[in-house]
Amino acid sequence: MRDWSQQQRNRQARLDRAAAHTSGKVVAAQDIGALLEAVIEPGDRVCLEGNNQKQADFLAKALAALDPARAHDLHMVQSVLALPEHIDVFERGVASKLDFSFSGPQAGRLAKLVSANRIAVGAIHTYLELFGRYFIDLTPRVSLVCAQAADRDGNLFTGPNTEDTPVIVEATAFKSGIVIAQVNEIVDKLPRVDIPGGWVDFVVQSPKPHYIEPLFTRDPAQISEIQVLMAMMAIKGIYAPYEVQSLNHGIGFDTAAIELILPTYADSLGLKGKICGNWALNPHPALIPAIEAGFVESVHSFGSELGMEAYIRARPDVFFTGPDGSMRSNRAMCQAAGHYACDMFIGSTLQVDLYGNSSTATLGRIAGFGGAPNMGSDARGRRHASTAWLKAGREAREGRMAKGRIMPRGQKLVVQMVETFREHMAPAFVEKLDAWELAETANMDLPPVMIYGEDVTHILTEEGIANLLLCRNDEEREQAIRGVAGYTPVGLARDKRLVENLRDRGVIQRPEDLGVDKRLATRDLLAARSMKDLVRASGGLYDPPKRFRNW
Amino acid sequence: MSSYYEASARERLQNLLDPGSFQEFLPPSARAQSPHLLQLETPAAFDDGVIVGTATLGGAKVLAAAQEGGFMGGAVGEVHGAKIVGLLERALDERPAAVLLLVESGGVRLHEANAGLIAVSEIMRAVLALRSAGVPVFVLDGGQFGCFGGMGIVARLCDAVIISEEGRLGLSGPEVIETTCGVEEFDSRDRALVWRTVGGKHRYLLGEAKEIVADDIAAFRAAALALLDAKPDLSLDALAAEHEALGRRIERFGSAADATDIWRAMGLENPEKIPVLEADDFRAATAGRRL
Amino acid sequence: MEKLTYEFQGGTFSRPKNEAKLVGVVGSGNLEVLIEPADLQGRCVVEVLTAARGFGAIWQAVIADFFARYPLADARVSINDVGATPAVVSLRLDQAAEDFLGDAQ
Repeated sequence: MRDWSQQQRNRQARLDRAAAHTSGKVVAAQDIGALLEAVIEPGDRVCLEGNNQKQADFLAKALAALDPARAHDLHMVQSVLALPEHIDVFERGVASKLDFSFSGPQAGRLAKLVSANRIAVGAIHTYLELFGRYFIDLTPRVSLVCAQAADRDGNLFTGPNTEDTPVIVEATAFKSGIVIAQVNEIVDKLPRVDIPGGWVDFVVQSPKPHYIEPLFTRDPAQISEIQVLMAMMAIKGIYAPYEVQSLNHGIGFDTAAIELILPTYADSLGLKGKICGNWALNPHPALIPAIEAGFVESVHSFGSELGMEAYIRARPDVFFTGPDGSMRSNRAMCQAAGHYACDMFIGSTLQVDLYGNSSTATLGRIAGFGGAPNMGSDARGRRHASTAWLKAGREAREGRMAKGRIMPRGQKLVVQMVETFREHMAPAFVEKLDAWELAETANMDLPPVMIYGEDVTHILTEEGIANLLLCRNDEEREQAIRGVAGYTPVGLARDKRLVENLRDRGVIQRPEDLGVDKRLATRDLLAARSMKDLVRASGGLYDPPKRFRNW
Repeated sequence: MSSYYEASARERLQNLLDPGSFQEFLPPSARAQSPHLLQLETPAAFDDGVIVGTATLGGAKVLAAAQEGGFMGGAVGEVHGAKIVGLLERALDERPAAVLLLVESGGVRLHEANAGLIAVSEIMRAVLALRSAGVPVFVLDGGQFGCFGGMGIVARLCDAVIISEEGRLGLSGPEVIETTCGVEEFDSRDRALVWRTVGGKHRYLLGEAKEIVADDIAAFRAAALALLDAKPDLSLDALAAEHEALGRRIERFGSAADATDIWRAMGLENPEKIPVLEADDFRAATAGRRL
Repeated sequence: MEKLTYEFQGGTFSRPKNEAKLVGVVGSGNLEVLIEPADLQGRCVVEVLTAARGFGAIWQAVIADFFARYPLADARVSINDVGATPAVVSLRLDQAAEDFLGDAQ
């Protein structure tokens, strides 16, 4: 007769081994290595929490320091490779296989170890895809997570940066895995319970609070007048005509500029209440002036942002907060919300090709995807209608199918916003993405494309907006992209007659076609021009990290 | 409100002085450029990064110089320095109501360091000559690059410094201190530390800046106008008194590890809140306490 | 450093009495543009001194488009560039031309 409880019995065996090193659920910091050796078995699938914001850094260090003779061939599954220890576990022979989503800061080291066959990469995912696999075929045996505080029963309070913790713990705890949490403090009574203690096996107080990167803070002082111009074009040429109410903004100065001219330019166009009401967005400090001006109804967040705690607490009508008053974020939920419940994604990229495929891949770095592809793709499973979604769908279908035979359907607006040249005169438009060469050198199954051309609806540059929904064939699409590619080689190779023709049809719109007055495109249009202005706009509630201050 | 911090040197002059009154000496079309930079394959500016000229302020004749921080951090090169010296020497002849130095400078331009160092010493000499002739020299400090190195010394030789909270005044810049003394001594990336050490508020509290204003060109203009009527005391007694005051300052605060300690010792309430105060509130909160 | 010179004929905006105008700053990713009236037999001469080598074709296209927008005659345009993108170059050129031409444009 088959034993149907092997995982449970294995779990019990691990807990029995661990008993020597704990009293109840609380583990002393100096015993963490012994505990990990007791509960981890060779070949285990281990999930190490860490995104581009908060990091289970103490547990990462402890894992990387394990004796490879006892802990080896681990299969790491994790959102982001951000810390040196995330790579050290492979270099030291503790782990050998990796499934992940994003590796920004460690992308160079990762590429080196992959080409030296020291890491076998299963796949590079988007966040939702990886979280999905935690419940299908990549379920962790052991998860190492982090939280703000725990009580002695193992209940966890994550604080505003809940992020990935719920999804990781759920997948592990309900499939007979082991959950270990590092916390900044162990207290008698938690402000609120984000993860029930029954799902958590061990808690350890780390000697130092876990690291959080203020990733979404953009100093308005660094926004250029070209970015202001592009922001004006976005609002007048896309937000207004589509009446975009629900949306996600990418990270970057281009979209920060949009956030900062909502209370000035968008307001002067009478758009308050008509656009930008509901957001899937981290609490960007740059959004404060728009919130204060009454543009924003709600914001649900993937994670929090350092310094925004008191401001969020004081604006519970806008942000998702717990009964204790502090924010609750949730990356998996917000990713799902951004994918299915938003009319638009707008973000920047590094390279766009002639089909509109865009990529942030560069040679010698395996950076991965993160959440942008979940945001920046049409939700084929969406069924609820909105003005923006229907208009985009109509534009895409009219002219492609005979009238009367069109099945009405909407489409998400996916906007790529790029200056034609980046720093050091690197063109943003290319005939062929670097992703192709990277795929070849790193033995990937397919080129790492962040947003596929078939999902992109608009490309916005300082030269104009190309509406790809209105393109009727590949040639039009190519010329529409060339037609906003400025003085890049791709742009200079445009067919001028075809581009003018597309402009007559409104496929390409220049600032003057949109009625955007270039002379207004100065930094004076920004509702905040400095970090101090953001603090002022928040009524003193926003407390920026030291590195962003000049006071 | 028009930000002084954000404006270029030309915009500052335009909005600070009486409208339309500024006449530039050696304008860009004169192409008084650095001969050294071009030899070193480095782009050179037509005005070598400083604008000098004559104007009126509230109807009174003034001479003014403005350094452009966007060009090489406002660093002083040979031509740049000569333009400032020339302006100061012209003031000796013309006896304007004041000379305004809109300083924004990291110090001496490394590409032409010897010439720059000599130029700075000539500026110092010219400032002192002018002051002793009874023409006051005022420094306005509120640009992005602050006022450091040779120009930091020059600033303290002048009659008064008008500074904004964003302005910085010092000898060695934060990065230089970190490089020389180590990050434990001074973490130049801790911008809050940098500003509370060399920023406008601390300089005002220590008495090194006479006025502190909001980051607004009109506020700088109002402060400069108000100073035009002040008559500096250059007597030996006044000098001795100042030296004595400096001696007391080092006695009182010499062991303080952080600006906040000094503010607390001055009897300021909630010293940790000082950095977030706006200029007006800050002046009110510190009235009668500063040196 | 690279020095590039472009000449255009047939301009119609002639302002021999206007003052020289300067916009921009010689800083990273930026440039200064000086426009002066000059007796050039109706030509417009553009002189570029740039820190970034090898972008002559792009400069040619940017400056030609500028002349199409502002067909200056008897004018000298002098540029000191520190690697500004074409977008910034075009913006500064337009600002300088509008300043130079004044309200009479």
